[in-house]
Amino acid sequence: MEWETVIGLEVHVQLSTQSKIFSGASTAFGAEPNTQACAVDLALPGTLPVLNEEAVKSAIKFGLAVNAEICRESVFERKNYFYPDLPKGYQTSQMDAPIVGPGWLDIQLESGETKRIRIHHAHLEEDAGKSLHEDFHGMSGIDLNRAGTPLIEIVSEPDMRSAEEAVAYLKKIHSIVTYLGISDGDMSQGSLRCDANVSVRIKGTDELGTRTETKNLNSFRFIEKAIQLEAQRQIDVLEDGGSITQETRLYDSERNEGRAMRSKEEANDYRYFPCPDLLPVAIEQSLIDELKATLPELPDAKQERFQSEYGLSAYDAGILTSERAIADYFEAVAKAAGDAKLAANWVMVELMGRLNKEGIEFSETPVSAEQLGGLIQRIRDNTISGKIAKQVFEALWNGEGDSADAVIEAKGLKQMSDSGELEKMVDQVLADNPDQVEQYKAADEGKRKKMLGFFVGQIMKASKGQANPGMVNQLLNKKLG
Amino acid sequence: MHSKTLRELADGLDSGQFSSEELTRHFLARINEHNPTVNAYITVMEEQAIAQAKAADARRANGKASVLDGIPLAHKDIFCTEGVRTSCASKMLDNFIAPYNATIVEKIATAGMVTLGKTNMDEFAMGSSNETSWYGPVRNPWNTDCVPGGSSGGSAAAVAAGLAPASTGTDTGGSIRQPAALCNLTGLKPTYGLVSRYGMIAFASSLDQAGPMTRTAEDSALLLQAMAGFDEKDSTSLKRDIPDYNATLNDSLEGKVIGVPKEFFAEGLSDEIATKVRDALAEFEKQGATLKEISLPHSHLSIPCYYVIAPAEASTNLSRYDGVRYGHRCENPQDLADLYTRTREEGFGDEVKRRILVGTYALSAGFYDAYYRKAQRIRRLIKQDFIEAFKEVDIIAGPTSPNPAFGIGEKVNDPLTMYLEDMYTIAVNLAGIPGLSIPAGLVDGKPVGLQLIGKDFCEAELLNAAHRFQLATDWHQQTPAAFA
Repeated sequence: MEWETVIGLEVHVQLSTQSKIFSGASTAFGAEPNTQACAVDLALPGTLPVLNEEAVKSAIKFGLAVNAEICRESVFERKNYFYPDLPKGYQTSQMDAPIVGPGWLDIQLESGETKRIRIHHAHLEEDAGKSLHEDFHGMSGIDLNRAGTPLIEIVSEPDMRSAEEAVAYLKKIHSIVTYLGISDGDMSQGSLRCDANVSVRIKGTDELGTRTETKNLNSFRFIEKAIQLEAQRQIDVLEDGGSITQETRLYDSERNEGRAMRSKEEANDYRYFPCPDLLPVAIEQSLIDELKATLPELPDAKQERFQSEYGLSAYDAGILTSERAIADYFEAVAKAAGDAKLAANWVMVELMGRLNKEGIEFSETPVSAEQLGGLIQRIRDNTISGKIAKQVFEALWNGEGDSADAVIEAKGLKQMSDSGELEKMVDQVLADNPDQVEQYKAADEGKRKKMLGFFVGQIMKASKGQANPGMVNQLLNKKLG
Repeated sequence: MHSKTLRELADGLDSGQFSSEELTRHFLARINEHNPTVNAYITVMEEQAIAQAKAADARRANGKASVLDGIPLAHKDIFCTEGVRTSCASKMLDNFIAPYNATIVEKIATAGMVTLGKTNMDEFAMGSSNETSWYGPVRNPWNTDCVPGGSSGGSAAAVAAGLAPASTGTDTGGSIRQPAALCNLTGLKPTYGLVSRYGMIAFASSLDQAGPMTRTAEDSALLLQAMAGFDEKDSTSLKRDIPDYNATLNDSLEGKVIGVPKEFFAEGLSDEIATKVRDALAEFEKQGATLKEISLPHSHLSIPCYYVIAPAEASTNLSRYDGVRYGHRCENPQDLADLYTRTREEGFGDEVKRRILVGTYALSAGFYDAYYRKAQRIRRLIKQDFIEAFKEVDIIAGPTSPNPAFGIGEKVNDPLTMYLEDMYTIAVNLAGIPGLSIPAGLVDGKPVGLQLIGKDFCEAELLNAAHRFQLATDWHQQTPAAFA
């Protein structure tokens, strides 16, 4: 029997506003516990929420970026449940009238095809605090610094059919929110996390199977693994003649295991109702128009432009536009280097390969775009060979010089293009290897080509790699006849 | 000094008859003497009050902060006062020292007034008799076997007994007007959004509104002037110009049309109250106003509508009292569920629990449409009744409460009868419009209140009518003999 996995994601994105969604407290990450929670965040008696306009603007920008309708009068509701890190005993969220209505985005599949994923809606809400379970001797600590941080929750339709598609969708959301500058997208700090609704069905059928919801996945890798694991678990249960229980599950990344948290019967009745402390959010068309005009070039448009303007393949353009920081970096390198294809190659292969190997975020790159651009320029004008360029790159990576030129100068890596000097070197190599010269002369055309490599190698060795390979070839051909 | 109005006290301070400190010490002495009987105050702020009075006296030499500078008053214990216990008359907040001032506390302090203390009330403002307080019932100075009304019962009794010249109250379904009626005061519930709710502990957010409780309409105008105004910390407060409430107090009532809803004189109203209210209406006719019978056809739905919406909002407003961050926490909780259950079991009184249960039920999955959504629809019909009526009349008038003060313990175990006490006041909160109760006579030595209801933001019009009425009558000047 062939099974099909059906996935819908609820993605939580923390907005990078200066202050919280309903109070003036700072949203900065990493402060001492409870130092960034004001009277409103602590839910002191008598306190009232005041909506942060920046959070509204961020949500509108997101809505525009995913081709969605913006709700002209969205409503905040109270989602009621008790938990120690939820100070008011309710989360202020949106239910019936979310700020962002139905929309969509496109993802690219491995096959190169494009697939459209529908977004059901996106709404604004406040984040909860954190419960700390270590070091409190049988009690729990509560840190309310995060309480009230603005979030948008983006709810997709169940349009994804594999863990890979889910990851591609999530990466697209990540790139959109970081392009828009509405979130830092830092998953390690919880700025972007998601719940995965997973069900399986026999391929070819239309009806959706019973789904489970796996909570709080906070890395692309965990999401992929958790979904694969859960889909396989469901298939195993069904193939054994069992049935799926609608439940909330947790994914343990250390053990790569999923486990049930609570069933539908145990689920909270959140008793949503409109928050009487907040008026409906009236949004004027003029504000929408104004924000539309400020939207940056988004990933899809940039990818297309990179293909047409720089002649890159769809794949390369896709990689280079996956993050705004990468795209901006690439464009700066291309401009400084004067050769986009060479720039694309160096950014993707040398730089990103190295960052990946060392586990360094792109934003932390030790080699600046100006430095890399300068390096490529020196390849183009034959000051250095491609091979030497890698040495220069290594030096720049290690901070051994401010620019490629400085490194080349300091290390004396300039390519030898002086024909007089090169000729002396060629003569010396030929004089030192009379047997090989004899063999070469006796050989036919096919063998000669191979043997030429020997002389080139010797000359490069003698020149410590600095001899201009084109000129060496020319000279050898001349001398050896 | 303790039977003078705010206006008279302001004149006395201006003419040097007495200082703010003398005035404050006088009230503190009276509180010391009479509060054990009346139980109007939960917390007396003696030291702070004297310091504030001294500061006011010092200020006066260089020009006073406002006409009210140096005059004492009492705040209902629902308003947060920095550094002072703010209990909402609940065991849950018995140990809660507010770290900040409510906006109206701040505004009144800026006007230079001296805070004598925090007054008793029904727990979390839930009640009509001030019997649900964790600190015990308040006694009505007019008859100490009777209730003062509620929930602002301590604020009403304090002024009636001469333990404060004025006080602040809050009104969610009649909590300023009904105790004002039962204690012979002028009590104003302003238009929703006129006075900031920031720092006022929430009962039902869409209905709660703070207002002044005073001896006269003129005093009400003075105190409202200090309280009203937009507050950026309260998203439901409205940006609009605040009129000079004093300026129009003496305007003629000639040609005004006063609507008398027939539903307010039907079953449930005691005959003696009906007579007193009709007498009071006749006084308005004497002043040139015309009476016109009107109908508010959905009046009978206000109590059921209110007892869905108010508990629904309250049930979630009170979720924050969980024993985690402040307030009461049960001893040795075994786990999270135990912490919540015992903290709330021990910290809340019966009436508060009753309303949390009702509200939770009304918002539950499967019942929301039948209760909360339907109640919201009825609320719009009630508002519409008033909009229609105000097309024909300028002011609506009727009784404030169906009965005079009743005995302590008489209705406390019968919530449904108790809820009927607010049958004429609740619709005003549901509609968000202003309502004012003024003294209209005595029945068996107990005060009767006349309620005046106005259009949105027409407080000035209500205060004008009340002031003209008080110029022609002396009911408001009566004080309980035991506290002379």
